[in-house]
Amino acid sequence: MIRFLRSLGGQSLDRIASLGRATVMWVTALWGLPRAGDISLLLRQIYNVGVLSLIIIVLSAFSIGAVLALQFHTQLSRFGAEDIVGLGLALVLLRELGPVVTGLLFAGRAGSAITAEIGLMKTTEQLSSMEMMGVDPLRRIVAPRLWAGIISMPLLTAIFNVVAIYGGMVVAVEWLGGDPGGFWAGMQDTVELWDDVGKGMLKSVAFAVVVTWIAVFQGYDTLPTAEGIGLATTRTVVVSSVMVLAMDFLLTLSMYGDFN
Amino acid sequence: MHMRTIEISVGAFVLAGVLALIFLAVKVSGVSLTRDAGTYTVLARFDDVAGLRQRAKVSMAGVTIGRVAEIDVDMEYGEAIVRLEIDGQVGGLTADTGAQILTEGILGARYVNLLPGADEEVLADGDYIMDTQGALVLENLIGDLVTRLGAS
Repeated sequence: MIRFLRSLGGQSLDRIASLGRATVMWVTALWGLPRAGDISLLLRQIYNVGVLSLIIIVLSAFSIGAVLALQFHTQLSRFGAEDIVGLGLALVLLRELGPVVTGLLFAGRAGSAITAEIGLMKTTEQLSSMEMMGVDPLRRIVAPRLWAGIISMPLLTAIFNVVAIYGGMVVAVEWLGGDPGGFWAGMQDTVELWDDVGKGMLKSVAFAVVVTWIAVFQGYDTLPTAEGIGLATTRTVVVSSVMVLAMDFLLTLSMYGDFN
Repeated sequence: MHMRTIEISVGAFVLAGVLALIFLAVKVSGVSLTRDAGTYTVLARFDDVAGLRQRAKVSMAGVTIGRVAEIDVDMEYGEAIVRLEIDGQVGGLTADTGAQILTEGILGARYVNLLPGADEEVLADGDYIMDTQGALVLENLIGDLVTRLGAS
């Protein structure tokens, strides 16, 4: 019994300690970047996490937009309200699905890659040898990845939203024969620049911070074994997906909570 | 991967993202860059606006000529004061213009419909529309119907 309690306490302390390490790492790394020589490192990471995620983002966006339009259209046409399809599609995408699905895909595609990469660097002691050479791995390895995530996610979200709305338009207007005027006008009448587009982008920045933070820290803090890397990669995807969904609820509550 | 290729693809990616944002702003949320060029505001008091929202349409004869800019409540008279932003290009509204709040379809959004008058004078910026008719609230109508049926 005593031993159980002791291990419980030990584990909690471990968690709190790793949160502390993660926070210190995050702050030091974010402070570390703004220097001219690091631009090429940042570019390479934006390429890795942003450009390479583009295909999966575009494909998922198109299918999600198409399927949303299909569902909206079949349900709304029973009330003769097909004109609301465009509006519903835009609001759902801009406010919720755009940032959230991009966040989840980003965690799966870019987050896991970051963790595995940094984990392997740690396992093969590249990070320690960098320190030996007087190169700060936080600045050289961690900071560019954090910044690349924060820069790429809002752009990916915007692209996701546009492609999804296009996909929805293809289904609702071109295929099911909806009225293009109603589709666009319903959207433009109701969608607000800040309330819908802006707050959605804000969400995506928040998700980017959390996902890249978790991914980088899990890699940096991994057990230096093959098994450890696998565990850390899994943990990145699981923890950041759950965090994205949980944070989305909290953000929605605080952004749209007064419902007026 | 060659550094030049990376630079080009990152540049294209950022450009695509920015273009997507512009598309969202202009095409999806319908912000037009010349919106503030020529508008004037008129005010209207309604006894009940029942779910009229900011940025709702203001139309005359079915044509959108403006937007609802602001909705306030006047505690003294228990009325709603609605500020209507009218597109300057459509010209002045006659002084006896009427305003009513209607619903688009059965479940649709509320909007303000303006009824043309016959006066010579036009409303100036900040004038009140005198002849107004608030929104029909479905619950009140049903309530009236029930009491009438009960009485007969």
